Amino acid sequence: MTGLSGPFTWGAAPYAGHRTGLVTAVCAVAVLIVGVAGLVAGSSDLTLADALRTLVGAGSPPQQLIVLELRLPRVAAGLTVGAALGLAGALTQTFARNPLATPDILGVTSGAGLGAVAAIVLAGGSYSLTSAVLGLGLPVAATLGASVTALVVYGLAWRDGVDSYRLVLIGIGATAAIGGLTSFLIARAQITEAAAASQWLVGSLSGVSWPSVRPVLLALVVVAPVALAQGPDLDAGMLGDDVAAGLGVAIQRHRLLVLGCAVALTAAAVSASGPIGFVAFVAPQIAQGLAHRARPPLLASALVGSVVVTGGDAFARSVLPGEIPVGIITVAVGAPYLIWLLLHNTERKDMA
Amino acid sequence: MSFHSTPLTRRPIVVLGLVAGVGIAAALSLLLGSNLIPPTEVLHRLAVPAADADAVVWGSRVPRTVLGVLVGFCLGVAGAAMQGHTRNPLADPGIFGVSAGASLAVVIGAYVLHTRAMAATLALALVGAIIAALVVFGVAAMGRGLADPVPLAIAGTAVSALLGAWTSFIVLTDETSLAAYRIWVVGSLSGRTLSGLGVVLLVVVAGLACAAANVRSLNNLALGADLARGLGENLLRARLVGLAAITLLTAASVAITGPIGFIGLTAPHLARAAVGGDHRWLLPASGLAGSVVLVGCDILGRLIGGQAEVSVGVVLTVLGGVVFVAIVRRGRMATL
Repeated sequence: MTGLSGPFTWGAAPYAGHRTGLVTAVCAVAVLIVGVAGLVAGSSDLTLADALRTLVGAGSPPQQLIVLELRLPRVAAGLTVGAALGLAGALTQTFARNPLATPDILGVTSGAGLGAVAAIVLAGGSYSLTSAVLGLGLPVAATLGASVTALVVYGLAWRDGVDSYRLVLIGIGATAAIGGLTSFLIARAQITEAAAASQWLVGSLSGVSWPSVRPVLLALVVVAPVALAQGPDLDAGMLGDDVAAGLGVAIQRHRLLVLGCAVALTAAAVSASGPIGFVAFVAPQIAQGLAHRARPPLLASALVGSVVVTGGDAFARSVLPGEIPVGIITVAVGAPYLIWLLLHNTERKDMA
Repeated sequence: MSFHSTPLTRRPIVVLGLVAGVGIAAALSLLLGSNLIPPTEVLHRLAVPAADADAVVWGSRVPRTVLGVLVGFCLGVAGAAMQGHTRNPLADPGIFGVSAGASLAVVIGAYVLHTRAMAATLALALVGAIIAALVVFGVAAMGRGLADPVPLAIAGTAVSALLGAWTSFIVLTDETSLAAYRIWVVGSLSGRTLSGLGVVLLVVVAGLACAAANVRSLNNLALGADLARGLGENLLRARLVGLAAITLLTAASVAITGPIGFIGLTAPHLARAAVGGDHRWLLPASGLAGSVVLVGCDILGRLIGGQAEVSVGVVLTVLGGVVFVAIVRRGRMATL
């Protein structure tokens, strides 16, 4: 079993930090490769050389249209959404000391989805999503939905401290109730808004444009440094709240920061692409396994998330028939992995 | 869970009260709806079918009431059997992925094999339900055992997500079927007819018979697997009969209405509070409570939606999620 339930070897082994650095570097290279592949993959016969030449401004007008206007925002969205989800998942998994505690399962993702669907439906009257809705209304509504859900779930799970499994179960219940409310909104909406909302809920990168990429990019730039700065406190938190407090961590402030970062990142990602399932679960687990750490390394988790989303989307465009949304692919890969994890993770860990 | 927490003489009264509740719910379901028809007019149309020119009563309200009572009963009993076998208070055919398996099989049948006949739909739903149930229980049993709520709930979530992704994959490649599928998948009682119900009734009766045959084993299993074995229980046979009851009843329900969740979770908890843990009383009481809840939620969906009705599956998901959270919060989860 990789670091999931393993002993805290990283503290004793001086080279563990080097390994994490190496893994992070490898992941960064993988992000570059997948990003270029995302530019080339697709239905028009564009070569690698064409794509690179167009990127530096030397392509023909049709090539410029395809690469700069269609593919580049899509790749940028995949990279940023994946990074946000990977980082958010790493934060919540470490926070709850439970790999099952991802934004998906805790209900944060569906809360963001409910907020965004409400924005889409209430923006009704217009026949397409205007860029104002995409750029401002959607992210704000998604953030609101995600924040309220996170607070409610966390509050309901609180009983002399938070047991991480109670947190997970209440998240499952909240996810169901929110899903019902979302269906209710869609059922009450005009047919065009309903179609837009249900298409969007699958989680797809098709049809993203620069206005929808900007909020998630902004969220990453603002939130990621705050989250990365919490790394040492997260390490201390792995030893239990009492030890962490003894080591000088301001537990409540630290908790609030970590949860706030995860919520903001999830909401930004969901507002850009719709909920892309299981990325926030899989990416941190892969990063943790590669780095042999006791908790998911934050930066590497974000990079793996980028690779998973962008790679999955490129795969869907180039190999599979039709336009399969990347959300379906990540679920098809992530759910079996979750089942595998259930078969192998027999240890029960509680939060104090 | 004590068998004798409820005075023995009270149980028949409670069950009679539940029967009356089903009757009241059914009557309200016939009288209320998005088409405002005066009660006397409804009674007149019921008595004289020819007077029901726009078929609101005989074409819509009667079938959905009958199907609501039937499906609610099936899911209530299936949920009680599931909670009894797993000794897990969160067990529900919807939460644990059994309904998702049946749905995927039905969607495959409709959009890949192009069969929509009730018998074929039912057979497919049955196969899907059995496979999904075996996978979920298998995963959970190999992990930490069935009685711990968490692995089963997570395994059910994962299997549901996976099956849902496959279902979306099939449906998205066939745009014309998307609209029909969307209506079906939320679970609804509107637009269903009573035709082709005969074969479903056979499955329902078989499922209820299995559940009835399972009552004694369920009571023994409530003492724990070891004690049950000590009492001479053949565990494998008991589990197989229980699995048959759960999958038959769930598959029949999915074939009629599409997947409707949380009845199997809610009804047994209501029933257990009223008649206690003895499965001789718990199973029928759960079924009756399931009928009341399902028909009641259907009426609620008709009333809050105005002309555009809210399907019962949506109402139940919202209310059921709240019930789920309440059960988790109560925290006496290992005592079932």
